[in-house]
Amino acid sequence: MQFSGGMRKKLRLGGDQRKASYPHSLQFYLEPPSENISLIEFESLAIDRVKLLKAVENLGVSYVKGIEPYQSKLENEIRRLKFSFRESLEDEYEPRRKDHISHFILRLAYCQSEDLRRWFIQQEMDLLRFRFSILPKDKIRNFLKDSHLQFEAIPFADALDLFRGRKVYLEGGFAYVPLRDIVAIVLNEFRAKLSKALALTARSLPAVQSDERLQPLLNHLSHSYTGQDYTIQKNAGKISLDQIDSLSTKSFPPCMRQLHKALRENHHLRHGGRMQYGLFLKGIGLTLEQALQFWKQEFIRGKMDPDKFDKGYSYNIRHSFGKEGKRTDYTPFSCLKIILTNPPGQGDYHGCPFRHSDPELLKQKLQSYKISPAGINQILDLVKGTHYQVACQKYFEMIHNVDDCGFSLNHPNQFFFESQRILNGSKDIRKESIQPETPQPKPSVQKTKDASSALAYLNSSLEMDMEGLEDYFSE
Amino acid sequence: MATYDPAELPELLKLYYRRLFPYAQYYRWLNYGGVIKNYFQHREFSFTLKDDIYIRYQSFSNQRDLEKEMQKMNPYKIDIGAVYSHRPNQHNTVKLGAFQAQEKELVFDIDMTDYDDVRRCCSSADICSKCWTLMTMAIHIIDRALKEDFGFKHRLWVYSGRRGVHCWVCDESVRKLSSAVRSGIVEYLSLVKGGQDVKKKVHLSEKIHPFVSKSINIIKKYFEEYALVDQDILENKETWDKILALVPETIHEKLQQNFQKHHNSLQRWECLKKAISSQDIKNDKCGHWLELEIMLQYCFPRLDINVSKGINHLLKSPFSVHPKTGRISVPIDLQKVDQFDPFTVPTISSVCHELDAVSTNDEGKEGNEAESDIKHRTRGTQ
Repeated sequence: MQFSGGMRKKLRLGGDQRKASYPHSLQFYLEPPSENISLIEFESLAIDRVKLLKAVENLGVSYVKGIEPYQSKLENEIRRLKFSFRESLEDEYEPRRKDHISHFILRLAYCQSEDLRRWFIQQEMDLLRFRFSILPKDKIRNFLKDSHLQFEAIPFADALDLFRGRKVYLEGGFAYVPLRDIVAIVLNEFRAKLSKALALTARSLPAVQSDERLQPLLNHLSHSYTGQDYTIQKNAGKISLDQIDSLSTKSFPPCMRQLHKALRENHHLRHGGRMQYGLFLKGIGLTLEQALQFWKQEFIRGKMDPDKFDKGYSYNIRHSFGKEGKRTDYTPFSCLKIILTNPPGQGDYHGCPFRHSDPELLKQKLQSYKISPAGINQILDLVKGTHYQVACQKYFEMIHNVDDCGFSLNHPNQFFFESQRILNGSKDIRKESIQPETPQPKPSVQKTKDASSALAYLNSSLEMDMEGLEDYFSE
Repeated sequence: MATYDPAELPELLKLYYRRLFPYAQYYRWLNYGGVIKNYFQHREFSFTLKDDIYIRYQSFSNQRDLEKEMQKMNPYKIDIGAVYSHRPNQHNTVKLGAFQAQEKELVFDIDMTDYDDVRRCCSSADICSKCWTLMTMAIHIIDRALKEDFGFKHRLWVYSGRRGVHCWVCDESVRKLSSAVRSGIVEYLSLVKGGQDVKKKVHLSEKIHPFVSKSINIIKKYFEEYALVDQDILENKETWDKILALVPETIHEKLQQNFQKHHNSLQRWECLKKAISSQDIKNDKCGHWLELEIMLQYCFPRLDINVSKGINHLLKSPFSVHPKTGRISVPIDLQKVDQFDPFTVPTISSVCHELDAVSTNDEGKEGNEAESDIKHRTRGTQ
């Protein structure tokens, strides 16, 4: 693929040519795209696909795949994000092209580690399975034929997993696969091919990474949080310090509850904990003055010298509120960021308890929070399946005594807001939806029209990640 | 027919390997037309000599070489192994890791001892005409599947010499199959699962695969005579308790009573069938399946997966002699499986005796004809 600097070039094909390049609503992504696109489009296509795959993941753990309501919910997501999924009367060219290009971009971003690869393959497979499931039968034959996959009769040695358990009919050395089982074979083929492709992509990554326009973008994508960023403190000043203890048990997610408890007990938190908890408190509405007071009070209880606090720590707190130095207003950490980066070590209390705690300890912790044994088991099962955020949602449901939390958890501050909403009614706190349909004071990435400012935004948030407040916050 | 005396084996083998062993046909088989270079030369044979001395990695340059060695060594047992990457008898000169088994026939070993839990007449190494039917059914069922389901064309069934049968599948593509596929084939052909600690060894699913239904049809032809008459599986309380262990407890009492009222296994089997399909059973499965599961547990072939899956596995060679019984591992005519009687298989003593008798009676000239005559009978029709 070629990238042009600023101008947006759209490939213009005639109607028939367009149909010919993407004859089917689904594809195996065998050939990489070969057009020119702008960096803006590169970025926006990629982000949309990340959103789509995240939706696929969330729906996949919340509902049973293959039946309602999973089917219609997933269809809505795909429609909303304007990806291809079904043969329709309208021109399907754009959605299919979007599907094609965005898939290949994400290969670049997700080939880099075993975890990322596994996640990517899993979601892509689920997506393909869904699309396959809604293909009308006559279209299936055509699709398979075009994909050069043979199905009428497979030599038995090529269908080992099907014939060994007598799942297919064997005759004359050939396995005859019923149409519905073809999906299983197709998906296996797809998984094998994609896995290989990702491994190859990873090897050619250095070449891509040397392009400095792409490097930050790709890094950001795989760690991206694409929803509310909670920097806007709609409720600044509405929390008083003496409420925090009770709020920590009622409305804080377990990660923050545990940080608060550790702070109260030890009168101290190490760097990672101060970052994660401090920014969270900012997000729930603590003002700078309140924050300074809060931390100072606690640290002094730990026999810290008040002057030392003023000299060392208060500067840093002001910095994190954007009142010092670069004056970047740092955003509270999303769940993804907490789960994927900076794992806690000995003496640390930050991180995600569902991800970073030993299951036994997690169980004890949940018991101490008075969660029922049945609830604890469900949570532990979800943790075993690496669905950490869904496990947290389950915790939310248990402590608020609701069947369905009604949201897809992505951010600790979201947890807090949703909790307050239930406990206080929706008067004061507006429900912050994850999809930024409402205009944000800070332009979110996908609405940026200007390439340079889009990159600048990305660069700044990355700087925050990468520069780290190491210089200021080192022990 | 002269009775076989193991003490005479060395002498008998000398004669057998000089005058009776079918070297030409044997070589023709294993050479496979000479299409692949060194195919025969890279084949492993193993010999078991007198006093249980066992030597592996024997290989031969041609038929003459094979003949000479066998006559020199006089092996009690001969096994056939895989075709390797190098001449097996030079494997020590090959770089470590380079000496690999590459191809071999797909083989099956069906052994009567694996059925000890379901046959009453004999146990372990013994066989009799009453339980031999198990082998008959096994050959029909497995051979049908190999031929019709898998499309295998060149299948040789051989009497093992004592208590079972072997099958050699020799198709070119089959010789190249991986260990995984061989295992998969055995899995496809398996229905009886579990050892001593498992009572009920067969569980059918809702949908019955054609392989299973075709196998059941074969078993049905033999079941009455084999199971209800010869094996008499419902003869008395001791035997019918074993069958009751396979059906739900809810009908045990009723069946015990009914069994007492009847006189033979045939009648009791009818009772059983009626009780199983009655409404009394709160089963998630149709009672009809249960009847089939019992039949399968008592009659369906039991394969040893370890024999089939390894490419380098060594198996007793056709035409070798069984040292304990003296019987020759003869091929079984697939057209006459039902008539095959292991007790009429020639022993080494009987064929040697016949040879002697012929040579003494006729002049040397006809001796050769007599030899080939005996060879023919030994081989059966292939």
